[in-house]
Amino acid sequence: MTKILVDGIEVDAPGEFTLLQACEAAGAEIPRFCYHERLSIAGNCRMCLVEVKGGPPKPQASCAMSVKDLRPGPNGAPPEIFTKSPMVKKAREGVMEFLLVNHPLDCPICDQGGECDLQDQALMFGGDSSRYHENKRAVEDKFIGPLVKTEMTRCIHCTRCVRFTAEVAGTGDMGAIGRGEDMEITTYLQSAMTSELQGNVADLCPVGALLPKPQNFRARPWEYQKTETIDVMDALGSNIRIDSRGREVIRILPRVNDLVNEEWISDKTRQIVDGLKTQRLDRPYLRENGRLRPASWQEALAAVANKVRATEPGRMGALVGDLSAVEEIFALKLLMEQLGVKNIDCRQDGSKLDPANGRASYLFNATVAGIEHADALLIVGSNPRKEAPVLNARIRKRWLAGNFKIALVGERDDLTYDYDYLGAGAESLLNFIQNARPLGKLLVIVGQGALARQDGGAILSLAAQAAQKLGGVGPEWNGFSVLQTAAARVGALDLGFVPGAGGLDAAAMSKGGALDVLFNLGADEASIEPGAFVVYVGTHGDRGAHRADVILPGAAYTEKSGIYANTEGRVQLASRVVFPPGEAREDWAIFRALSGALGQPLPFDSLAALRKKLFEAYPHFARIDQIAAGEPGQIGALAAHPAVALRDPLSNVIKDFYLTNPIARASAVMADCSALAQGRLTQAAE
Amino acid sequence: MLSDKDRIFTNLYGIGDRSLAGARQRGQWDNTKALLALGRDKIIDEVKASGLRGRGGAGFSTGMKWSFMPKEIDPQRPHYLVINADESEPGTCKDREIMRNDPHTLVEGALIASFAMGAHACYIYVRGEFIAEREALQRAVDEAYEAQLIGKDNVHGYPFDLYVHHGAGAYICGEETALIESLEGKKGMPRLKPPFPANVGLYGCPTTVNNVESIAVVPTILRRGAAWFAGIGRPNNAGTKLFCISGHVNTPCNVEEAMSISFRELIDAHCGGVRGGWDNLLAVIPGGSSVRCVPAHEIVDCPMDFDSLAKLGSGLGTAAVIVMDKSTDIIRAIARLSYFYKHESCGQCTPCREGTGWMWRVMQRMVEGRAQKKEIDMLFDVSKQIEGHTICALGDAAAWPVQGLIQHFRPVIEQRIDQYTANPHSDPVREAAE
Repeated sequence: MTKILVDGIEVDAPGEFTLLQACEAAGAEIPRFCYHERLSIAGNCRMCLVEVKGGPPKPQASCAMSVKDLRPGPNGAPPEIFTKSPMVKKAREGVMEFLLVNHPLDCPICDQGGECDLQDQALMFGGDSSRYHENKRAVEDKFIGPLVKTEMTRCIHCTRCVRFTAEVAGTGDMGAIGRGEDMEITTYLQSAMTSELQGNVADLCPVGALLPKPQNFRARPWEYQKTETIDVMDALGSNIRIDSRGREVIRILPRVNDLVNEEWISDKTRQIVDGLKTQRLDRPYLRENGRLRPASWQEALAAVANKVRATEPGRMGALVGDLSAVEEIFALKLLMEQLGVKNIDCRQDGSKLDPANGRASYLFNATVAGIEHADALLIVGSNPRKEAPVLNARIRKRWLAGNFKIALVGERDDLTYDYDYLGAGAESLLNFIQNARPLGKLLVIVGQGALARQDGGAILSLAAQAAQKLGGVGPEWNGFSVLQTAAARVGALDLGFVPGAGGLDAAAMSKGGALDVLFNLGADEASIEPGAFVVYVGTHGDRGAHRADVILPGAAYTEKSGIYANTEGRVQLASRVVFPPGEAREDWAIFRALSGALGQPLPFDSLAALRKKLFEAYPHFARIDQIAAGEPGQIGALAAHPAVALRDPLSNVIKDFYLTNPIARASAVMADCSALAQGRLTQAAE
Repeated sequence: MLSDKDRIFTNLYGIGDRSLAGARQRGQWDNTKALLALGRDKIIDEVKASGLRGRGGAGFSTGMKWSFMPKEIDPQRPHYLVINADESEPGTCKDREIMRNDPHTLVEGALIASFAMGAHACYIYVRGEFIAEREALQRAVDEAYEAQLIGKDNVHGYPFDLYVHHGAGAYICGEETALIESLEGKKGMPRLKPPFPANVGLYGCPTTVNNVESIAVVPTILRRGAAWFAGIGRPNNAGTKLFCISGHVNTPCNVEEAMSISFRELIDAHCGGVRGGWDNLLAVIPGGSSVRCVPAHEIVDCPMDFDSLAKLGSGLGTAAVIVMDKSTDIIRAIARLSYFYKHESCGQCTPCREGTGWMWRVMQRMVEGRAQKKEIDMLFDVSKQIEGHTICALGDAAAWPVQGLIQHFRPVIEQRIDQYTANPHSDPVREAAE
């Protein structure tokens, strides 16, 4: 720690702090454009200039100088920095004037207006008029993909976007061409960006040069209702802020949470927005003579109740999909218990995860932030770049820090970091376990590609053996980590939403003739064969609704308050942003109403009462933002299972990143992205 | 005036044999082993004692710069010497002549300097436009390899590799950190300092970047002794220097002269005087385009060295003396330099990127006189806002010519503006019917 004086205020700052951070610690506000906490330092905007006493007689860029480079004054007086001196003021005004000479000043028609760094800082630190009377520069707009709109005349060349794609996203899509005032930010030959995190460059852009394309000219920042909530597009549970206007969700932005998503979100998380408005189920439907017809709630519930009363429990079943909150799964489970139904399952993809093996067997035990403490990484049957792009950025961050060996078993792909490819199948994993030596704090990431198959259980225990044998499990470190792909999965497994004794699993329930009545809570990825009477509770006219006999319209994740447990087991609370469309209702209330129609009402009348029951039965759900850690001993038990794996190669579960759930499939923006990505794939194959 | 026996570059004009044999005849590569036998510290001390100041423009003590290299060599981080042959400063053409005609001074200097810094590899970054120079230099390097003067296993017993790298032609790549970036294959943009190249330079390893001339004079300094070199010129401005005199003199030339020679003597002795006589002299840019111009009366008897020219608010820079007589449109001359800096700004820092274009546009108007007098002060202020606010010195270099013009020739600018306003309809007025 070094003692320094900032505008006369004494602060203790660690040597590796930049002057900018030290000044902030002292409460001084430093304007900046190119500096960003999570990117490398460029030092090129020159906005953060400060005066350093005893230094050269010119202002210093505070982002580019560290505290340890300061020299103490004579007689050991602490170094002094001034952030409000006349020299600093003059320098800032000068830089601001330069920034504005070629900036179009089209704030009234710029979407960034109102949340623009340049606007704010020009107000705080700029002069009141310009002395520039020449013509301004105009720059042609670039195509850089369907998610980011460019208005390059506004660009101030801070290179945040360039550094983001190079460092965090790892694709290096963006760069600068030309030099001097002809320098232009673009992608190579104006091709679309290839990263799954590309939307973040619009957030990073301090001006209106890079803007989210789908939200083009839709709303002004001050019109938004801002709601902090949780994302469900993948199992990471990114923290997001949803901006809505009236009854409409307009945009989704990341929220800072260093333990989960830092401040990035994936493109699917961000631009799913239009999918929330199309293909929505906004009233109940009944199938009559092979065709679905609109119905009232009474009719629909009565139809279900009649069918249920006429069916014995052994011929009924329930499936839970990927986007459901804990509350509705709990309500469905209670309903099934009341009816005596044992055929329940939340693993529509056929994953072999089983709560009987203990909670540690299906959690990302190392935690997302823990990735940064790992010494080595073994990936089994997963493509983190597609399954959780933000988590993949965390792996890349650890890899960039150096001394991090990565090995992969399964399908090969560009993960934005180098890895040793061990092989495609379980035998390569076995070889690795037999030949490798302990690797320090080993992180083993097991993906659904390894688990959602017949021998998933065997591969799970092989992975546990790898963790156990190679230093992955110890008193301080539990590196055995399952990467889930469904936001609902951990919550559902915690609730024990798996077949009871003698019950059928998802695959068996989907077979024709296995059941007479099947409750389907948003399980749109399962294909249910003809036969059973399917009651679909969901949001979109997708696969599940097509195979439904009764449709009970539910609420999407933006339309209800719900608890989700992410892949680490972190319990997070999502909030309602807008109301469900039309006659759609919150899912837990649908099951409550159904239980009423059956004459066996569930023991709660409100969400609060439901949660009370839930917390009584599963207290860990009450601890929001915390992780109830899994027992490391359970990994040992898992490793001890006899395991015979098949020879088939492991293949990744996500074939198309942009179309993994019903909301995404309803989104035109995601369809665009998907088409582009598929086009790239075919091009690469040619 | 420098006597012939004190000249270091004895084949500057390419009259003699440029090959290794010719170089040996001129005394180069003569018992280089004995020079290396002095040892690292002794060589650095000797260079320090000679008072050699960097010939690339900034004039920092070369020996001092070498001594900044870490004493211990970390095997993971080898030391590098990088020689800056990206000579792009307008008016400067001294390194070009060394590489063309006396390349072995440079090759030998590279070996000695690398030895002094513990570097086993040296890169010479040659300006993109220098085709013949690169070929000549490469030929000299090949000859030296063949004669086992350099290379992994050479007669001097110090493994040493020399690589000639061809740049792509950008002024900014003459800035040492931009040069390192460019050498690494990246876009030539200056890096932030600290860390300085002596700690983190080429490929993250300790690196020293020196000008061609600074390196090429080293063997002779060591052979003839520091005292000889220090004895030429005035204290703190020692040695011989290549002057590149261009512009309105009767015979423009490159010449090796003693430092601190007066301007008048330099021009009279080597250039046949100013065109039209000394009374016809208007101004001089004494150190390449990046320094402030000096009006005639201040410079004629000024010693041409770092300190004396700094006192005039200018600088010796690369010693590219640009002489302008009274036929010169000084505003247009400086406007052309402004265009150069606008064109060559790398675009990284805001003040330089936006400011150089702004200055050039205003200068353009001032050439015609299509400006207001208050804009002269504004222009000066803009140049002050660029100066000292950027990562590298290009911003300063762009600001100084304009500042020099305004300081010394403000009446000329005002007169031009008056002329224009007195005659506002210089463009033909169009008839409505046309």
